[in-house]
Amino acid sequence: MTTASEDEIVRFDNVGLRYGTGKEVLSDVSFSLYPGRFYFLTGASGAGKTSLLKLLYLAQRPSRGAISMFGQDAITLPRDRLPGYRRRIGTVFQNFRLLQHLSAFDNVALPLRVAGVAEKDLRKPVGDMLEWVGLADRVDARPATLSGGEQQRVAIARAVIGRPDMLVADEPTGNVDPDMAVKLMRLFEALGRLGTAVVVATHDLHLLRKVPDSLIMRLDKGKLSDPTGALRYPPRKGLSA
Amino acid sequence: MSGAKGKSTPPVVKDSVRRGWRPLGASGDTALVPQARMSGPMPWLIAIMVAITVVAAAGALALGNMAASTSASIEGGVTVQVLEPDESERSRQVELLLPALQGLAGVVSVRRVPQEELDALVEPWLGEEAVEGGNVPIPAMVDIRLRGEPSSAAIDRIEQVIAPLAPDARVDAQASWLGPVFDAVESLRWMALALIVMLAAATSAAVLLAARTAINAHRDTIEVVHMLGGTDGQIARVFQRSIALDAAGGGAIGLAVALLTILALGLRFAGLGDGLAGQATLEWNDWLALAAVPIVGVFLAMATARFSVMRALGKML
Repeated sequence: MTTASEDEIVRFDNVGLRYGTGKEVLSDVSFSLYPGRFYFLTGASGAGKTSLLKLLYLAQRPSRGAISMFGQDAITLPRDRLPGYRRRIGTVFQNFRLLQHLSAFDNVALPLRVAGVAEKDLRKPVGDMLEWVGLADRVDARPATLSGGEQQRVAIARAVIGRPDMLVADEPTGNVDPDMAVKLMRLFEALGRLGTAVVVATHDLHLLRKVPDSLIMRLDKGKLSDPTGALRYPPRKGLSA
Repeated sequence: MSGAKGKSTPPVVKDSVRRGWRPLGASGDTALVPQARMSGPMPWLIAIMVAITVVAAAGALALGNMAASTSASIEGGVTVQVLEPDESERSRQVELLLPALQGLAGVVSVRRVPQEELDALVEPWLGEEAVEGGNVPIPAMVDIRLRGEPSSAAIDRIEQVIAPLAPDARVDAQASWLGPVFDAVESLRWMALALIVMLAAATSAAVLLAARTAINAHRDTIEVVHMLGGTDGQIARVFQRSIALDAAGGGAIGLAVALLTILALGLRFAGLGDGLAGQATLEWNDWLALAAVPIVGVFLAMATARFSVMRALGKML
């Protein structure tokens, strides 16, 4: 197993994943994620994008291989230490997974509340974040009353409010119009400038051109192609494709 | 993102409050899971369990008090019945017995039971006429108090002393004829205890089942909270709080029903007079113990809920 370099926050080495006794949905996946970098995860349906994201946001343990996350071995990480690591990861689920009994405000505040942030400390950032994603007038709305695009923005606001070290987003622009998609990319880029590693799974190839310094993680039938080695040793910003 | 105009940095929280390395507070926990009530009938189930437990416990305590009180009143007691039919001879024999018994080792006191007491004892069965007319010869009785429980050796010594003085006299240890009663009371107390244990087990089982159902109903929400960094403890607290409210409400209702039942039964038992049943009373500390039953029930339900929820959450990643 290769050791993690000092600045990489995530390192996968020959990771394989299978569900039950089925065949591997991910095979020999190796890459590194670095702070402040923007990664697009692409591939056809069934290529294993969601499975790879699940490994990234610690919803799944791999069947084999090694994963290092924030300098720790994530394979043997005790279960009671997972919450601390998950709080460093912002996740935008494909189907948003907003809590239906909570308002938009409470959904966005949730990561801060579970982290023990006092109510007085979270009111302003949550309000500002909702304003940032254009939902200042929908703070009290329940998810069921929000449109698909609005729900998606609440989900994104919930994922980024805690300023995660890594943001993992599964098709975050799937339900919004092209203009809003670009705006959301700008939000992710801004987060990247604060040092967050951003991983966005998408089918939308046009989106890739909107973030010039991004790196492409292309999955094909569970295998990650990295012919240039850029996913292990990324070029300096401004030089990547 | 109209509000984002002019801002290049998203309004994420500051380093000092992010990542949650601070101790976990419970303030926001209540909102984690939607109305995680165990289930509708849970308060009523707990009410029934508490009511039966309190009544059973009250019975056990009252029986215990009755046994203790009776036992104290007859402790070391030995009764000598002088059966001589002739009244003057009977009195003579008693007069001879009293100093002889007083001189025995281990005897604390010797008392001739006054005729009025004997008359009062037999009057309900024989009638006023028979007692006042002296038509029925009533044995004379001598009440002896020994130091400690009367042993068969002590009884033998008493019999040896009285045999030459009152040949028809009979000696009885008071505890011996109440022994079967005490045994029955003890059995009832154990039964009550077993009933309480079974009720506690049944309550725990019901809470366990309800907690599992609630977790399954909210599995998706729990998964999301986990993914956002929520701990098992935070999630379990929501269920604990919910079952505590259910148990407290049900326990209060159950206690009220049980107290009314006990008071009604108490009135019935009071009508039985000052006999053995009349001594089956409850002291103030017994009432405190009964009042503690729903509190214990709340803690039992909370502990069961926490155990079952933590166990179920432990199976999730």
